[in-house]
Amino acid sequence: MALLTIRNLTVAFATASGSFRAVDGIDLSVDPREVLAIVGESGSGKSVSMLAVMGLLPDTATVTADEMTFDGHDLLHMTGAERRRIIGREITMIFQEPIASLNPSFTVGFQIEEVLRLNMGLSRHAARARAIELFTAVGIPEPAVKIHAYPHQMSGGQCQRVMIAIAIASNPRLLIADEPTTALDVTIQKQILDLLMELQERHGMALIMITHDMGVVAETADRVIVQYKGHKMEEADVLSLFEAPSHPYTRALLAALPENATGDRLPTVSDFFGQEGVQ
Amino acid sequence: MTDYVVEGKGLTQDYYVSGGMFGKAKTVRAVKGIDFAVERGKTLAIVGESGSGKSTLARIVALIDHQSGGTLTIEGHEVDIARHKPDHVLRSKVQMVFQNPYGSLNPRQKVGDVLTEPLLLNTKLSARERREKAEAMLVKVGLGAEHYNRYPHMFSGGQRQRIAIARALMLNPTLLVLDEPVSALDLSVQAQVLNLLADLQDEFSLTYVFISHDLSVVRYIADDVLVMNKGECVEQASRDEIFSAPKHPYTQMLFAATPVTDVEAIRARVAHRKALRAGAGA
Ligand SMILES: Nc1ncnc2c1ncn2[C@@H]1O[C@H](COP(=O)(O)OP(=O)(O)OP(=O)(O)O)[C@@H](O)[C@H]1O
Ligand SMILES: Nc1ncnc2c1ncn2[C@@H]1O[C@H](COP(=O)(O)OP(=O)(O)OP(=O)(O)O)[C@@H](O)[C@H]1O
Ligand SMILES: [Mg+2]
Ligand SMILES: [Mg+2]
Repeated sequence: MALLTIRNLTVAFATASGSFRAVDGIDLSVDPREVLAIVGESGSGKSVSMLAVMGLLPDTATVTADEMTFDGHDLLHMTGAERRRIIGREITMIFQEPIASLNPSFTVGFQIEEVLRLNMGLSRHAARARAIELFTAVGIPEPAVKIHAYPHQMSGGQCQRVMIAIAIASNPRLLIADEPTTALDVTIQKQILDLLMELQERHGMALIMITHDMGVVAETADRVIVQYKGHKMEEADVLSLFEAPSHPYTRALLAALPENATGDRLPTVSDFFGQEGVQ
Repeated sequence: MTDYVVEGKGLTQDYYVSGGMFGKAKTVRAVKGIDFAVERGKTLAIVGESGSGKSTLARIVALIDHQSGGTLTIEGHEVDIARHKPDHVLRSKVQMVFQNPYGSLNPRQKVGDVLTEPLLLNTKLSARERREKAEAMLVKVGLGAEHYNRYPHMFSGGQRQRIAIARALMLNPTLLVLDEPVSALDLSVQAQVLNLLADLQDEFSLTYVFISHDLSVVRYIADDVLVMNKGECVEQASRDEIFSAPKHPYTQMLFAATPVTDVEAIRARVAHRKALRAGAGA
């Protein structure tokens, strides 16, 4: 059975110029132990649809769906207590902008230890030890020193790794990773992806990975969803997607890899659509 | 004589960090003596390990932070922001796109105001001209005039990144320091932004210092590449040299760790995973 099932999810924002549909009828499901990658245009509703799952959208957003369930629990109509039991524990998220999602007023150590004490019931002492273990696992250098640092005293990629450590601290059953390696060089990116895949195999964790990096998709995903302007364009297993992308947008996206630059210009999706005569 | 827009000599940066409740405060040298020079109209790309000091160096070059040691020269003049605060001419000449666009945008300021403010402070353009320029810039980075009245939190990560780029370009800077400017962009929008930067460089001889961990982007945009590791420059060469014959082991490791989109490799991985599953399920 699928762990997370979403049917016909729509998110509309009230804006000064009227209502704007950021997500329009998305279906999605993920099984335990599965890696689902979501790729697609910037602004196509990837983050918004996952924030809807987490219940973290602002009041200006209207969320509707025919179904949105996690392990049989209705995420749309649940009590506050039930929500607190699931969100942040069984489902956690690595947010796209790590520096902005850490609290600037507390040390990074305090922030992860708080999660460990509240969610995992660890003592202060045990939480400190576990925090250092997690920081080591995500490759933060000198973890016992860095634990005392405030977010602004860490590099972009170090903050991103703190965020990852916090998200895996409670052994979630579903991890939603929104561009989790954007600030990491390829060597550390590899270490992090290996770690996520290991957790996923070991605990049967399901992973939804939003990324624009086709290399990351190629090296981690089982299945891939391609999004464009709030709609799902294509869904395929990873091999079929790279071997024989069926939707023109997917083909265009793959053609825009910088490796494919002709002369001194990079191809964009609209160049490609122009060539293929697609609108 | 070569026309260098920016030159750094022996640049260092020290940070003071407390050691927590019982630890002693200590100094950490995040940048350990970097030399570089960028000619007008050229692009220097900086790559390197996360935490190796790239943003720290970028903040020095963009006149945001004062270095602990070494000298920085902009268009032939030594700049020491600790002694002389840069005037607004110099400030508008040197612009920076920060790694964390959210943190660098004022949450209470509408995007239109974000883009027109530098024009208001530094030019004599009328309100209407300022608005037209800002709207045109939004279109150039793949956004639209309909975004003019929105606040920063109403955008996606990649859209905010493009707003930060648009803001930095509003004043036609001479030197633009870009810290992971396309890291949140899908390939197509990334292509559009990189093409825009290339066009502006051709037209106005803009000089870029471009930090990126994406080697395919670096290969496209860079003239020269500086590789950092643990605060030091481990290798510096022309793009072609670095890509055809990387010398330092760290540079070689970077190339080796780059993920591949090769179909055969994917087929092998998928098969391996299936086998693992079958084993685990039995
Ligand atoms: N609070 C908001 N009010 C109005 N519009 C919003 C708000 N938040 C997001 N949007 C819009 O919703 C759309 C989808 O945003 P979302 O963040 O999901 O994009 P994304 O696919 O994650 O893009 P990226 O790859 O750039 O992160 C965008 O067009 C964005 O401008
Ligand atoms: N304000 C600060 N106080 C103390 N240490 C700092 C401060 N800012 C950065 N550092 C440390 O200096 C080192 C270099 O940081 P910097 O942000 O320059 O790295 P980076 O190369 O940009 O990394 P990334 O690719 O992850 O963004 C890191 O170890 C970081 O923790
Ligand atoms: Mg997003
Ligand atoms: Mg940085």
